[in-house]
Amino acid sequence: MTAVTITETGRGRRSDSFLSVQDLHVSFQTEDGVVKAVDGLSFEVEKGTTLGIVGESGSGKSVTNLTILGLHSSEQAEIRGEIWFEDQELVGASRGTLERLRGNRIAMIFQDPLTALSPFHTVGRQIGEVYRKHKGASKREARDRAVEMLERVGIPNARVRVDDYPHHFSGGMRQRVMIAMALVCDPALVIADEPTTALDVTVQAQILDLLKDLQDQMGTSIILITHDLGVVAQAAHNVLVMYAGRAAERGTVREVLGTPRHPYTWGLLSSAPRLGSSVDVPLKPVRGTPPSLLTPPPGCRFHPRCDYRNQVGPDLCSTELPELSPERGHGDACYLTLTQKQEIFTQLMEGR
Amino acid sequence: MLRFLTRRGLSAAFILLIVSAVTFFLFFAVPGDPARLACGKVCPPETLVQARHNLGLDQPIFVQFVEWVSGIFVGREYEGLGHCPAPCLGYSFVNQEPVFGTIVDRLPVTLSLTVGAAVVFLLFGVGTGIIAALNQGKPLDKIASVSSLIGASVQIYFIGTLAMYFLVFQWQVIERPRYVPLTEDPIGWAYGLLLPWIVLAIIFTANYTRMTRSTMVEQLSEDYVRTARAKGMSARTVVLRFALRGTLTPIATIFGIDLASLIGGAIITETTFSLQGIGRLSIQSVNNDDLPMLMATVLLAAAAIVVFNVIVDALYAVIDPRVRLS
Repeated sequence: MTAVTITETGRGRRSDSFLSVQDLHVSFQTEDGVVKAVDGLSFEVEKGTTLGIVGESGSGKSVTNLTILGLHSSEQAEIRGEIWFEDQELVGASRGTLERLRGNRIAMIFQDPLTALSPFHTVGRQIGEVYRKHKGASKREARDRAVEMLERVGIPNARVRVDDYPHHFSGGMRQRVMIAMALVCDPALVIADEPTTALDVTVQAQILDLLKDLQDQMGTSIILITHDLGVVAQAAHNVLVMYAGRAAERGTVREVLGTPRHPYTWGLLSSAPRLGSSVDVPLKPVRGTPPSLLTPPPGCRFHPRCDYRNQVGPDLCSTELPELSPERGHGDACYLTLTQKQEIFTQLMEGR
Repeated sequence: MLRFLTRRGLSAAFILLIVSAVTFFLFFAVPGDPARLACGKVCPPETLVQARHNLGLDQPIFVQFVEWVSGIFVGREYEGLGHCPAPCLGYSFVNQEPVFGTIVDRLPVTLSLTVGAAVVFLLFGVGTGIIAALNQGKPLDKIASVSSLIGASVQIYFIGTLAMYFLVFQWQVIERPRYVPLTEDPIGWAYGLLLPWIVLAIIFTANYTRMTRSTMVEQLSEDYVRTARAKGMSARTVVLRFALRGTLTPIATIFGIDLASLIGGAIITETTFSLQGIGRLSIQSVNNDDLPMLMATVLLAAAAIVVFNVIVDALYAVIDPRVRLS
């Protein structure tokens, strides 16, 4: 509530949003070398809104969000930068601090609810134990709470099903259980890592509606990781497009999907099928393959796959790393001028 | 579950019947006359006939087998020896006493030896396996792997004999293994069997360490373990309640096999440590042509294997609800 009055704390907080990731670097030591999974990423999430993070596999979406929860082991991952959440800095936070936040203030919904739920425990127990751990509830209270949560996410006959195991549920119902588990402590932030990828389209829509309803009721902020632009259009307020561990474009859904400015976003949009377009026009995938994170290309990470790098001028794209600009609002990391971007995008859309 | 147990119980009984029959008929295929042994050194022909008749050896083999089996359930009358109440496993040819009594006398030794060692190596093996898995690739893991490999490579008659020679006879750090009934003196019981337990543990721990380590490493990278961490569960809870649970199924499997083979293989253990259990009894009965005693020990070892198998199968369902029949 008093977000505006928060000033410099600790290492110096640059923003007053509710979650703020500043210049985050995450790299992993592997046998082949150092993999830079996230490389200088900054973004913010406002209270009660949904940020959609899109990008190809390996663009650093999941790594970023596991980093917020501190789920990388410090032996394998090297993490630099700052993550501010409700006045707390999470990158250097102790294990105890993180354990108290996880499942309580920040909860996570995983992609595949079949493997992400324990096959050995009843759903009631899995939901209840979060509540017991963080709220100090008794077994009885935790069970009642689990029933209440299952009812809230729309599981029929919750009083009976609370004693069932995950394999007794269908895919969509399982994801509802997962959501109930994530929301049991009324977290301020929910990170949903491709929550609908394993589900069919009708169930997908139900789950997204459910998340939206719960957000309206409880004012939760959501980070929605996906590679499905349709999901973003439907469920997010803001969008962050990631490429090779960096932000390529950021803005509201309307800005990024309506008037995209980054060549990579154009590529994503043209590779998605549209209902209205002719079936004879082939889908246009983004040329080339995602870069190796072991040896990322110099300059703009996207330049080897970019069709427009020659319009920028000699060698700029292959030598200088572009930053998101402008710093606020609709920003993108590309050296093309705004006029060029508008012209190219208009042409692209006419071709479809 | 009830149906499962009934079905398994019936097939277990069938297996035991087959094992008994094979042992029984094999015994008679081997040359030797038990009646002559029972009769003693100076044996007049009429006494020999009498002894043969008393032991039922003058009847056809098949009839003898049927009588033996029925004796287990309803007891048997022996002419000249008296009544043998159910479960009657026959009279020993050698000491003319009911076999059942001798078995009841000797069984606690073997059970104490086996179960005690099993508890030690199960706890120790799983414990080191968990530690190795949590310290994957670090010195502690390497130490556990190497030492378990060494442990797995030795045999009881090698390391057991060495332990007896050095620890008991040369350096006298521990007394000769002996059996004191648990009910009489629990501390003496544990102390008397400590050396065999440790030696068995050294040999058997290795399997558990390796199995626990590899399964645990797998389980720790499972999604549901990550979920547990993402829920804020403590590291301890994550390992003991979540990851360990998935590790238990393969452990139960090898534990069932090991426990059965320990009871079946008590011959070597008991000989090494000169303990008077079922294993020693079975060797003596072979040497003495003592059919009823031999039958009883074989039946017991077979029953142990069959019963532990059923228990392990039932345990799977307890460990993993996905295996449960609904």
